This record gives sequence, structure tokens and C-alpha cells, in this order.
Amino acid sequence: MTEQTETISASECLIRMYDEQHEIEDYQKGVPRWCSGCGDNSILTAVQRLCRDEGLLPEKTVFVSGIGCSSRLPHYMNTYGFHGIHGRALPVAEGVKLARPDLTVFVNTGDGDCCSIGAAHWIHAIRYNMDMTMMLHDNQIYGLTKMQASPTSPLGLKSNTTPHGTYLEALNPLTVTLGVSNVSFVAQVVDWIPEVMYQVLSQAYHHKGFSFVRIIQRCTEWLPKLLDPWLHDRQRVLLLHHENGLEISPALAKSYTKMREHDPSNMNEAREIASAFDPIPVGILYRNDDVPCYEDLRHDSRLRTNSLIQKGLESEFDKFTIWADGNEPA
Amino acid sequence: MALEINQTESETVTTEPKFGGKAVMLEEHIVEIISDSGEGAQKCGQSFGAIAARMGFGVWTVEIIPAEIRPPARSVAGASGNRIRIGSKRITNGGNETDLVVAFNEQVLLGRVRSKELKPGCTILLESMWRTSSNPRFAKSYVETYDQLVAAGYRVYEIPMDKECRKVVSDPRKGKNMFALGVLCGIYSLDLKVARQQIALTFSKKSDEVIKSNVNLLEAGYRYAEEHIDIKYSIPAVKSTENQIVVNGNTALALGVLASGMEICAMYPITPATSASHYLSDVFEKVGGIVHQAEDEIAACTFAIGASYAGKCTVTITSGPGYSLKQEAIGLAVMGEIPLVVVNVMRGGPSTGQPTKTEQGDLMTTIFGSHGDAPKVVIAPGTIEDCFYSVITARKIAETFNMVVVILSDANLATSQQPFRRPVFSEEWMAPPIDQSAVPKGAKPYDWDPKTGLARRFVPGQPNGMHTLTGLAHDVNSHVAYDPEINQQGMRARSLKLATLQKTLRPPTVFGDPTGDLLVIGWGSSKGAIEEAVEGLRAEGKKVSALHLTFIQPLPPGIREILAGFKQHITIENNWCDQWEDEMIDETNRRYSALALLLRSRYLVDIDCWSECRGTPLKPNTVRRVILEKLS
Repeated sequence: MTEQTETISASECLIRMYDEQHEIEDYQKGVPRWCSGCGDNSILTAVQRLCRDEGLLPEKTVFVSGIGCSSRLPHYMNTYGFHGIHGRALPVAEGVKLARPDLTVFVNTGDGDCCSIGAAHWIHAIRYNMDMTMMLHDNQIYGLTKMQASPTSPLGLKSNTTPHGTYLEALNPLTVTLGVSNVSFVAQVVDWIPEVMYQVLSQAYHHKGFSFVRIIQRCTEWLPKLLDPWLHDRQRVLLLHHENGLEISPALAKSYTKMREHDPSNMNEAREIASAFDPIPVGILYRNDDVPCYEDLRHDSRLRTNSLIQKGLESEFDKFTIWADGNEPA
Repeated sequence: MALEINQTESETVTTEPKFGGKAVMLEEHIVEIISDSGEGAQKCGQSFGAIAARMGFGVWTVEIIPAEIRPPARSVAGASGNRIRIGSKRITNGGNETDLVVAFNEQVLLGRVRSKELKPGCTILLESMWRTSSNPRFAKSYVETYDQLVAAGYRVYEIPMDKECRKVVSDPRKGKNMFALGVLCGIYSLDLKVARQQIALTFSKKSDEVIKSNVNLLEAGYRYAEEHIDIKYSIPAVKSTENQIVVNGNTALALGVLASGMEICAMYPITPATSASHYLSDVFEKVGGIVHQAEDEIAACTFAIGASYAGKCTVTITSGPGYSLKQEAIGLAVMGEIPLVVVNVMRGGPSTGQPTKTEQGDLMTTIFGSHGDAPKVVIAPGTIEDCFYSVITARKIAETFNMVVVILSDANLATSQQPFRRPVFSEEWMAPPIDQSAVPKGAKPYDWDPKTGLARRFVPGQPNGMHTLTGLAHDVNSHVAYDPEINQQGMRARSLKLATLQKTLRPPTVFGDPTGDLLVIGWGSSKGAIEEAVEGLRAEGKKVSALHLTFIQPLPPGIREILAGFKQHITIENNWCDQWEDEMIDETNRRYSALALLLRSRYLVDIDCWSECRGTPLKPNTVRRVILEKLS
């Protein structure tokens, strides 16, 4: 097989470089309307940077979201976006990916959207293992509807629907995710360490399969103090590092000294780490590159031409046909 | 055990003389074959229908399905089988009561007697092995039932099917149905050669031995009928000069999905819609299509929406309860103007209702469902053939108008078979490739045409078309907008599209004269029964005509003019309306049938309605009675 090459002039080359090289501004749209200090802002910055660094074509990139503060994110991206209905971001994103495996798909969802109203889809999305990156913006509260307890709210949290404190232990999204068949990428980050968030999102993007990234984020409006103990005490963050996981920069290692070497292929250890919340484990808990993607299992390589459809249709008609006299095929 | 059967005067035949006379000529007959679930009556009935169709009879077959997979053997509620109406002319519906029934035990037969599906005095061919059953309870029940049936005037023939089958095969349970098929072929003078071919086709995936054994059983049954049964009918057949296909409504829908050029179907299992997805799963992949079984109904709908948004129009197939669950997602597709085809194979409602039974109860929920004003297109196939073409039409409308199109089929169409002209493939059926060309700079994703409400759809992958589609109120740029004027503008555009579509529709045609004393209006699967009743009454001089509506949202033009030609109007539907006979019901509180309510509100004409919710297809005789009452 010969490779086709094309000769272009140096100036044409420069023009193309300019056209195809995107700046961070190329991915930005509008001014975010999140509260100041909201963790969503740092997530937005990280994904815009990721898009630029990976040179993603804005027209070939889709951000799908549900409903909630987190789900406004697509509106601030100058890519294609789908801001759907509460809890259903994942099936929408799966439909996009199955119809168009050529598109890069990101999903932004919150703890209410994903872990409560959309919990069924979350479980199954892990199992489908379609190639997309999901960000769980987990601020442990319903923000847009004004401070109701969410499944990830800590036990005893007082909210508008739990004035005497929540009654139930918080749901742990990491252990849930790690318990589902076909899980292929699980990570956790916190919104106040942007360097780690970026690096994890980058690895999530490069992972072929369903990448689940839980982002513990602050809600400055409703729970301004909730995460302060962790924010102010760097010993309460546990950095997970490994040659196949997160690389810790010297600067980061100076600030966050509590570290643990963890091989992301070790599921048992991943589950053990995922079970703890204090210190908060940060990094890549689990990765398995060998889980097949649903879209690859379902698509075949044939070109879907009209004549292929006609052929299939006629052979089905044949099965059910009563031939008029003289028409019966030999 | 009370029999609850209609007593008649007709003569009973209990002996088994050899048939010697001339075959009785018939115009049409209704035949049933029923057994316990799993005994093969379905296959026997379908084969009988197919043989009759191949010979040129008009045919309509209806499945008799118990609600459970394996109801207890020999139970009244467990009847499983097929009802086949055959005739010289084209048959458009399941017809009235049954003329001849083959039953594998007396209990399943009782179920049919009690639901008044059998004609008084009809012929019964009953498996007689139970008379000598080693289980005294079975023997007693059989004898009692037999005696009561005979006393009630049914012509009961006892047939030792089990014994006769044993002469041919070692395990009669696996072949009694083909013996019964042979008996029916004998009685109805069907061509054995065609029957053999049909068996070869039915068992084409099985070994030659299986086919041979079934052919032997068929022939044994045929001989038995010739030698022992004193009835023989002959129905003149007119073989079609065109190639025809015989499928049920769900298979027709699935073939329509193939033919429409759609690529993805997202579904969740639900009776009675699932058989469409079963068949589609089998054939879709041969042409590169995908059936995605989602984790729930909502996921099926949102998955379809996601796929439609990024690619070609997609279909989701469901029934009532599933449709209810999809409502919010359908509203999203309406708001985002994403093309989507939703098939609702209606069953009895509300709630779990009657999963295996037919009803036309979902018209209002499809037209007005989803919160807020969510305009969508609703079409209802009236024949099996319509089921096929409706999907092609729906896909085209969905993609042309960027709208949700709901196809309302029902359990009656889903499980009935009727031959229709073999479709001739057309490139025009196919969906065009998705547009990936660059959008002109500055073009807006919702650039609503002020006259038609239409806007061009931007598909991911199109350069310059980037925008975020949202279920929130939005402006022409798809930006979230709470401005009162902008919301009004979006609502107007989405609604105008229905009017624009309506302008392209042809007025419906009246069945019968364009003027008269009474116009009967119907929709969906009741078309055949209504038109048959109307045709019969017209032949008797009654000035009655029928109007069938396929497009229900929007209603086509010309209906007002049609209504003006008649003194009275009535809709006949398979759903609920309050009855005048009920003491509490009067003009101020009567709840009308769905179509009647729609037509009354639109045309301000005092349209009456009659409906029933028995779970069974409307019978021509019922329609006839209703018309005569209305005319008197």
C-alpha cells in the first residue's frame, strides 16, 4: 500500500498550522454564571486547557450534561454541547457515541444528577464502557435547587430538606463504580489542586473506554466550610502515584507530602483506597485498558450503503413473499 | 363448573361418519386453533394462514396469547393459539365470532366459550385423549364439559389426536399441531402440496428429518379428516396477480425501520411491542443497523435522542407504560428540535393494564403528553401495510421538520397478519447522509423561518455550527433565554411546524358516498372492521359512510367539508368513553372518546362517540349494531 502524500508550500503550511492550532480562547464561550469560588470554574479551566493541549477540533467535540450547576458547563464551551434533562446525560452521550464514534465525548454531571436521579444510567454506563470521559462534579449538595441533601452529603448534614441533619451514611461513588462489571478507569481529584485535576483528566481522556473522574468540589454558596478541614490541612490529602498512574511534580511533592504508591491495575487495593475518605485519596485508583468498548462491539466495518440495505430488505421480503403465478424465483 | 354458553337449537353430531358428500362452498370462515402454551397451536395457525394466503385466499390472522409465559396446563386463562379468518375476498380485520375451532383440551376451549368468541353452535374439533385420562379429575372435567357443549348446541367432534399421532411419531406432544394442520387442510380443501412447502419453510432451520416427520403428521391429519369427518368446505380463491408478503404488524414496523434508512433503534423490552425489536435485532445487523437494548425506557429514549442529535434520525419502540416514562425525554426532543421516531404499540391501560390485549387508549397522551406545550406529529397505521410505510413516512417528517413523530400501532395490528403487495424498493425511502459541511459563518442553530417555523439542524462535526443544544428556553443562537419575547418566539416556531406540515397533507377520502345520514369516524386498527360493517349496511341501503384518519396530529385539511355532508357523526374507537345509560352521565360531565373529543373541539360539530375497552379488536358486527342504533 502506498501512502498518499501532498506537497504544499511553506506559506500554506504556516496557514494550516495557524488554522489547526487552537488557542484556549477557541474553546471559551461566554462568561460563566457560577458563583465566585465555585469548583465548577476550575473544572471548566482544566477542560479548556485539555482541549487546547490535545488540539481537539471544536466541531468534533461534544460536551453532554444533565441538569444542575455542573451541567451548565457545555454552555461555556465553544464546542458542540448537549444540555439535556435531569439524570440522563449518560444515555444521551452513549447515543451520540454509538451514532458517531468519530466524535470526542465528555460528560459533566453532578452528585444529584448522577448518583440520585440518574443512578441507573451511571451503573450501566460503566458496564457499556463507551469511550468517553465523565466528570462527576461532586459538591455533596443540590446547588441549583437551593441546598437539599444529595446522596453524597455527609451524615448529619443540615440542609433545607434535612433541617435536623441527614439520616443516612453518604453514598461512596468510588466504591460503587469499582463494583460494576467492565469498570475500566476510576480516578478522584479535588478542585483545589488544579495540577492534579488536569493530569488526571488528561489521562482519563487518553484512556480508551469509560473514564470516571470524581471531582470533589466546593460549593461556596451552600457549604462554604464543609471541605475547609481538608483544604487547610495538606496531610488530609493522600496523593496516589505510580509509574502507570499519576506523576507527582517536585513542587507538588513539597506541598503534599502524604503519598502512597498505588498500581492502578490492582483492583483490590483500589477498592480499599476508595473506601476511605480521610485523608482524601487523590489520583488514579483503577485502570484496565483491556475492557472492550460497546461501540466497537456493536459496529462492524461494512459501509452502510443503500444497496446493502436494499439487499437485506429484499432477502427479508423473499422470506415472506407469496409469489404471483410465474413470478416464483427458481 | 358453570359453562356460561349460549344455548342454541342447532343439531349436534356425535358420531364420526366418513365424509362422502360434496364440499360446501363458503365465502369466508373463521377458524381457531387453541392449546396450552407451548403445544404449537400458534405455529399451526400461522401455517394454516400462510397456506391459505399462498393459495390466494383473503386472510387475517390474530394471535391468541395468554398473559403468562407458561400458564398452568389445562387452564381456562391459558389458551394460546391463533385465529384465522379466510375468505374469497380481501379480508381487512379479524371478523366476528369463530365458526370452527380445534382445541387440544377442553379447558382452553372453555376460556374461548366464556369470552364469547365462538359462534353459537360452532364446530369444535376436540382432542379426545382426556376422556380416557388416567387422571380421574381430567377425565371427569372432560366428560362434563363435552356433555355441556353438546347440550348447548355445539357440533363437537372428538378426535383422538394423540392416538393418531402416535402412529406416525413417538412423541405426539411435538407434532400434534401439524396433525391438526392436516385436519384443517382436509376440511378446507387446501392444497397439500402448498402445505408441504409451507412446512419446509416453517422448519427451514431444522433438519430434513424434522421436516419429513412434520409432513408425515400433516398427511396423517389430512387423511384422518377425509376418512372420519363429515364436513368439507371449499372457499373459492382468487390468486393475486401481484407478489404479496405476509407479515404481522410488528414485523412490518421492523421492516419499515430497515426501509427508512434509520441506523439505530434503542428500546427496552415491553409487551406487545417487543416482537418488533426481536425481529429487528435479527435482521438489522445484516444491513449494518444496531438495536440497543437500554437499561430502561428513559435511557432508551434519551439514547435515541443522543444518536439522532449526532447522526441520522433514530427510532425507539415501546408500549403504553414505556411511553409514559419517555414523556420528559420526548419533551426534550421537541424543545431541542431533534428528529425522533417513537413507536407506541398500544396495549390496555392505565398502569400495567392488559399487557397482551389491544386498546386505543394512548391518543391523548401522545398528542398532548409531556409537560408544557410539546407539539409533535402523531400518525396511526390502519393496516399491516400501513405499519411498514408509516415508519418511512415518520422518518422523513421527523428529519424534514426536526420533530418527534409518534406512530400509534396497537396489539391488534402487532399480532395480526394480512397479505399486502410486496413493497418495491425505492431510493427515496432512504435517509440522506448526515450533513458534515461547514456551516456559513454567523448562521444560527435556531434560525426559525418566520412563516414555517422551520430551522436548519446543525449536526456535530459541522465546522462553525458549534452550539449547545438545551432543553431550557433558548433564543436563535441556542443561548438560554428567559426573555418573555424570546420564549414566545420559540413556542411559536415549534407550533408553526405542525401547521406547515398540515398544509402538505391530502384531505382524507370518505369510504362510501360523500353525503348521507351518518358518518362513522375511526382511526388505527379498527379501520377494517368499521369499513366492513359500513359496506354491509350500504349494501342494505343504509346511508352511512366511513372516514378513517391516519394523520391525527396534525389533522389533515378537508375534514370540515366532509363532516358537512352528513346529518350525524359518530366515532367508533377501542378506548374509553362514558355511556349515556349510566345514571350519573349527562351532557355536562360525559367523557368522550379521544378522537371524538379532538374533532368536537376542532370543528365545533356535535360528534357522538361509541367505544369499548374489552381488550379485543372491534368486531364488524359490533360496529354494525352501533350504527343501526345510531340510525334508529
